[in-house]
Amino acid sequence: MNRFAELLDRLTYEPGRNNKLRLITGYFREVGDPDRGYALAALTGALSFKHAKPALIRDLIASRTDEVLFGLSYDYVGDLSETVALMWPKAALAAHNNPPPPTLTEVVTTLRTLGKTELPKQLERWLDELDETGRWALLKLVTGALRIGISARLAKTAAAALGDKDPHEVELIWPGLIPPYLDLFAWLEGRADKPVNRDPAPFRPVMLAHAIEDSDFAALDPADYIAEWKWDGIRVQAVAGRDERGHITARLYSRTGEDITGSFPDLVPSLHLPGAIDGELLILREGRVQSFNVLQQRLNRKVVSPKLIKEFPIHLRAYDLLGDDENDLRELPFAERRERLESFIKKLSDPRIDLSPTVPFASWEALTAARANPASAGAGEDAEAVEGVMLKRRDAPYLPGRPKGQWWKWKRDPHIIDAVLMYAQRGHGKRSSYYSDYTFGVWTAGGGGDELVPVGKAYFGFTDEELLQIDRFVRRNTTEKFGPVRHVVHEGDKGLVLEVAFEGLQRSPRHKSGVAMRFPRISRLRWDKPPREADRLETLERMLKEEAAEIEV
Amino acid sequence: MRGSSPRMTDEYRNVGPYMTTMRPQDILLPAAAGLCCKPGGFHIDPVRPVERAVITHGHSDHARAGHGAVLATQETLDMMRLRYGENFAGSTQAIRYGEEIRLGDVCVKFHPAGHVLGSAQIAVTCKETCIVASGDYKDALDPTCAPFELVPCDVFITEATFGLPVFRHGDAAEEVKKLLASVALFPERAHLVGAYSLGKAQRVIALLRQAGYDAPIYLHGAMETITHYYQSRGIELGELRLVKGMKKAALAGTITLAPPSATSDLWTRRFPDPVTAFASGWMRVRARARQRGVELPLVISDHADWDGLTATIGATGAGEIWVTHGQEDALVHWCRSKGLKAQPLDLVGYGDEEESETPIQGEAEA
Repeated sequence: MNRFAELLDRLTYEPGRNNKLRLITGYFREVGDPDRGYALAALTGALSFKHAKPALIRDLIASRTDEVLFGLSYDYVGDLSETVALMWPKAALAAHNNPPPPTLTEVVTTLRTLGKTELPKQLERWLDELDETGRWALLKLVTGALRIGISARLAKTAAAALGDKDPHEVELIWPGLIPPYLDLFAWLEGRADKPVNRDPAPFRPVMLAHAIEDSDFAALDPADYIAEWKWDGIRVQAVAGRDERGHITARLYSRTGEDITGSFPDLVPSLHLPGAIDGELLILREGRVQSFNVLQQRLNRKVVSPKLIKEFPIHLRAYDLLGDDENDLRELPFAERRERLESFIKKLSDPRIDLSPTVPFASWEALTAARANPASAGAGEDAEAVEGVMLKRRDAPYLPGRPKGQWWKWKRDPHIIDAVLMYAQRGHGKRSSYYSDYTFGVWTAGGGGDELVPVGKAYFGFTDEELLQIDRFVRRNTTEKFGPVRHVVHEGDKGLVLEVAFEGLQRSPRHKSGVAMRFPRISRLRWDKPPREADRLETLERMLKEEAAEIEV
Repeated sequence: MRGSSPRMTDEYRNVGPYMTTMRPQDILLPAAAGLCCKPGGFHIDPVRPVERAVITHGHSDHARAGHGAVLATQETLDMMRLRYGENFAGSTQAIRYGEEIRLGDVCVKFHPAGHVLGSAQIAVTCKETCIVASGDYKDALDPTCAPFELVPCDVFITEATFGLPVFRHGDAAEEVKKLLASVALFPERAHLVGAYSLGKAQRVIALLRQAGYDAPIYLHGAMETITHYYQSRGIELGELRLVKGMKKAALAGTITLAPPSATSDLWTRRFPDPVTAFASGWMRVRARARQRGVELPLVISDHADWDGLTATIGATGAGEIWVTHGQEDALVHWCRSKGLKAQPLDLVGYGDEEESETPIQGEAEA
């Protein structure tokens, strides 16, 4: 447990993806079975046991320490598990008589079978046996609040690296594996054959598109392509299959292969025919697709209440079929898969699942027009939820990853405003010596004339060279410093204008300006433009009205 | 030292005959300039210029320039000279550990505080009453300074930098092992260790040497003078080199010590994909480490941790505890729960040196 705790501890501080991978792979290499398997399960969220409530942890610490000292410490540290881990007083045991600290395996297997009434005593014993970091990790684990910035995908990639395998291969067999994954590690270390995926509803690595550039069109023939709307939802794979006893198992996966079925139980009954659909998860109200802002209310929820399900009715818009009953369709050309999809959806005949329509076009000019005005090109009332068009080669098989020249995405032009740099903050990790997080503002009428009001924050979009330039500008034009934040000069004729691109706007009472941007990034540096000529808040408010994307729930 | 301040001592003598016993607050009392000893005519670690200052150790919040006369250990005086120049005080007097000096109506004796090289606790005795002003101290082992000495007393004045039970520093040698393990795991990256340049940096270097690390250790320019001073006092630190002028690629796999403020600035761009470490007791708390963008927190402190503070307080046998800078509330609460008389001393101007370290001139080029 202490070694696993050490890994978690190091991971919480490491910002770099590659370095995180190395830390995890290093752990897998160093630590034997079954501990590393349970570690992989913890990192991928595959462990299941009843979690301890914070109140239980509070009771434990109250029985060991002074109430006032605990209160002052908790105020200072701000995190219950951490406070308890740090101030837990060692039991007055004879030093030579101490039992060894528990292994991760011991903790996980014990928690699985432990009765509720036995939990406090057991936790207390473990807390006595572990060191500070071990106690912290234990408490994070038992309260189910690991939150160390590691995705399941990253953990699987680290496991794959142990045997120089492609993470896709691990992803493919993953649904059939169970902790502590002895068969997986045996294969990765070359001691056994690849485990067979016996899962009736496995994930299939997804196919992704390249962003199309204007210069790409010249080489492409419209006749080779089918166009569809690009929906502003989340990409999912909905899979149903029969188990040995003939019962249907249905699962919903994110594009990275994470099982998200638990968040959308309302979609499961609709997946009643064996097959694998590639599609977009959307919220439909009275037949109309809602904006991404609305969909967002249903994401990352721990508890999915009946109220949530009712107010945010989930919908799957299908655009590809990867498997039809027992048949793997991925080798077939897209045009053929599309036909199979159409008949599959018809057979399914479920109001929660429909077909994403194709966009007819004969020339790139026609498609350009459709993209500019989806409402009149077939998207109708759902046009608000269209964020561009997708182009798919008629003869393209379904290939994992981002193969060249097969699928293209052609997003609608983003919104653009000119804003003034107001504050800059240091970045993290590699960027910790750069001022790379920028708060920008636009003009609005204030008490003493026009003033800038912050409207957003962006920390990417610029090139490395531009980052150097902005960094230099920030350092030379700082008016005040507050810890890692610098106030940068922003007056009518002194300051830096940033061209900011963003995907959407939404009303936000939490922002002083009353608006919040979605996906803002720096698209250009306007050294040529004096700050007084930057945009005004009224411009954003006008855009907001056009968007009509306000959440009403 | 210059002659004692006649006005103050006269005043005291006028009162003295009528008193049968000395109250501790008649010996030492917090004043705007710092802890004032009226019967002795001096201040301890004054934050403003005073006529006579008695100084516990060389950190800049305790040892300031501009006093009339300064009494301190030779090391503390040397450090003040290195920082402020020759004329940092009107006059100076060096005192050894264990040496006793009479100032006005009190006796002053210096004892090792184990904080940094030359750091001292100051025992002030007047009649039968002994007060120990411990300055900053730690009871943990440190190869770069004399170990903390326990001084029995009536009133113990303690710091409370880490005065919360969440602060337990553990073994510094283990933290250094963590650093070395990271260097082994990432041989192509440079490791930058933020450490306060007086005391902490030299301790980290000494700990690295004790752990068997014998490669050259690199220094930020701002650390050079004080580190060489440590070496001149016979402290073995092995081969040290300046970072300045080094090629980026040559710094892969190396360890560099730098002031904390430098580890997140322009200066770091000369290192290949640096791992930022920080040696400090604050690193015990994750939010503090994350706030500073630290990737490798090393819990190595110049101050006593909670267990150290409470053990020391108990062992002095003092019946009354005065708590200065830091987390006074928790420590005062603890003392009272143990039946000790305790109060916070509201002294301003002292802080954690790591937090208050001023940026170094020409940092980017150092």
